[in-house]
Parts: sequence; structure tokens; C-alpha cells
Amino acid sequence: MNLIEVASILGAAFAVGIGAIGPALGQGRSIAAAMDAIARQPESANIISRTLFVGLAMIETCAIYCLVIALLLLFANPFRG
Amino acid sequence: MTSPLETHPVWQLGPVPLSMPVLVTWGLMLVLAGGSWLLTRRLALRPGRAQAAMELVVEAVEQQIRETMRVEPRPYLALIGTFFLFVLTANWSSLIPGIEPPTASIETDAALALIVFVAVILYGLRVRGWRGYLGSFLYPNIIMLPLNLIENFTRTFALMVRLFGNVMSGVFVIGIVLSLVGFLVPVPLMALELLTGAVQAYIFSVLAMVFIGGAVEGEGGNARERKDA
Repeated sequence: MNLIEVASILGAAFAVGIGAIGPALGQGRSIAAAMDAIARQPESANIISRTLFVGLAMIETCAIYCLVIALLLLFANPFRG
Repeated sequence: MTSPLETHPVWQLGPVPLSMPVLVTWGLMLVLAGGSWLLTRRLALRPGRAQAAMELVVEAVEQQIRETMRVEPRPYLALIGTFFLFVLTANWSSLIPGIEPPTASIETDAALALIVFVAVILYGLRVRGWRGYLGSFLYPNIIMLPLNLIENFTRTFALMVRLFGNVMSGVFVIGIVLSLVGFLVPVPLMALELLTGAVQAYIFSVLAMVFIGGAVEGEGGNARERKDA
């Protein structure tokens, strides 16, 4: 294993590991806010949860980008030669 | 371990090599189109069981379009409904042993996202005309023009990567767990994957609705406010 492979694997692990922190915090906050809103206004639970799902998908995209970068590093590394 | 980013041809049709996702997609198209044809062949005023189930699906999609886009759902029903049903069946096709969902390969998702991209432009042009639609890129200010243009591409890319990442990561994790412990352990993961598949199908079609809705409604959500009032 040469240096580039080691660096790629470490980079992939760190990309997913660190990249998951932000979306996790963001999703937690948004779900907490949605729960709060539904508890206050149960009659609008439908529209709140639909918006919540779309918002979660948007936030989740950040983590998915990290995952794609990690996969590129592992399987389609342009520097491995 | 095979890379999730590449696909291998499994079958040769004349000069064209066909990969597994393409074949599965054709199978799904056949099932969906044939199923719809069979079920809508004899429509009755007093629906039977199958027709009632179909009507439930169609009405649910119509309801979602009406609530999300706040327009008459009829012109968008076919496209959005097909997105939802196709992505759902594609994600759930992993229930059949030996078949990987075609949405786990990035080409399928790229094609779906491209359809959304083109549909947004076509619906925008049709509903608001050249001036109206192109003018929406200048909203709220001409400074926003580059951002609005870039947004059109990045959100298409995000749509593709989101579906791909979610479905593929599920397939990948199940593959890894299967190679470690084969018996019964992957079952909860597979069940979770069914839930993810349904949610992703829903999200894909809702985002398509939101994008198309943004293209067809008036500047700054005038249509939305008008309907709310």
C-alpha cells in the first residue's frame, strides 16, 4: 500500500465521519422544531411533516455529498495512477 | 468488493452491451405499463377492487400535487405519478432476490434528474411564456441572475446524488453485512431499506413538484398567496 492509498482511505473515513456531524445536528434541530410545532398545532401535522421531509432531504444531501466524495476516493481515485 | 460507481454489461443485444440496471428498468417499465393497461382496460363507474386501489393511488398523488404546488393537478399528474411509482418500484425491486434496484446506479438517477430538469423548463415556458419564464431568472434582482442559473443545475445534480446516495448506500451496507453474517442479520437492514426507498420516492416526486411549481408560479410566490387568501 502506498502513501496515496493510505491517504485516500483516511480521507474517505474522515470525510464521512466529520461530514455527518453537521447534517446530524441540523436534522436534530429541525425535527425538534417540527415536533414542537406539531405539539402546539396537531391539526397542521400533515403540512408540517411534509415540509419536514423535504427539508430533511435537503439537509441530508450534505452528508450524501460527503459519501460520494468518500466513494470517489475509494473506488475512482484520480490520483492512484 | 465491486465499485458502486461502475456497471458491468451482462448481456449483448446486437452491438449494444446491456447492464443489469437497464434490464431491470425495462422489466419495471413493462410491469408498470402493462399493469396500468390491464387495470384501466375496463373502467367502471362502480369500481371493483383493483380499480378502487388504483383510484386511491391516483387521488393521493393528485392531493399531494394540489397541496404542494397549489395548482390544478391535472397537467402534472402523469409526470409526477410516474416518477413516484417508478422510483418506488425501482427501490423496492430489491425485494426480488438477485435484483439490485436500478436507482442504485448513478446513470438511472441522472436520467430521472435530467427529465425533471427538462420538465421544469418546458412547464415554465408553457405556463408563463418566454418572457415570463426567462424573467423569473431575474427575480428578485438582476444581480441574482448567475445564482438563479447555477441553482438550476446544482439542484438537478443534488436530486441525482440524493437518490443515488440513499439507495446505493443501503445496497452497499446490506452487501457488506451479508458478506460478514449471511443469516437473518441483514433482514432488519433490508426492512429499513424498504422504508428509505418509500421515503426517497416520496421526496423525489415532492422535489420535482416543488421545482416545477416554482417555475410555473408567479414571481415571488404571488400565486401561492393568492390561493391562500
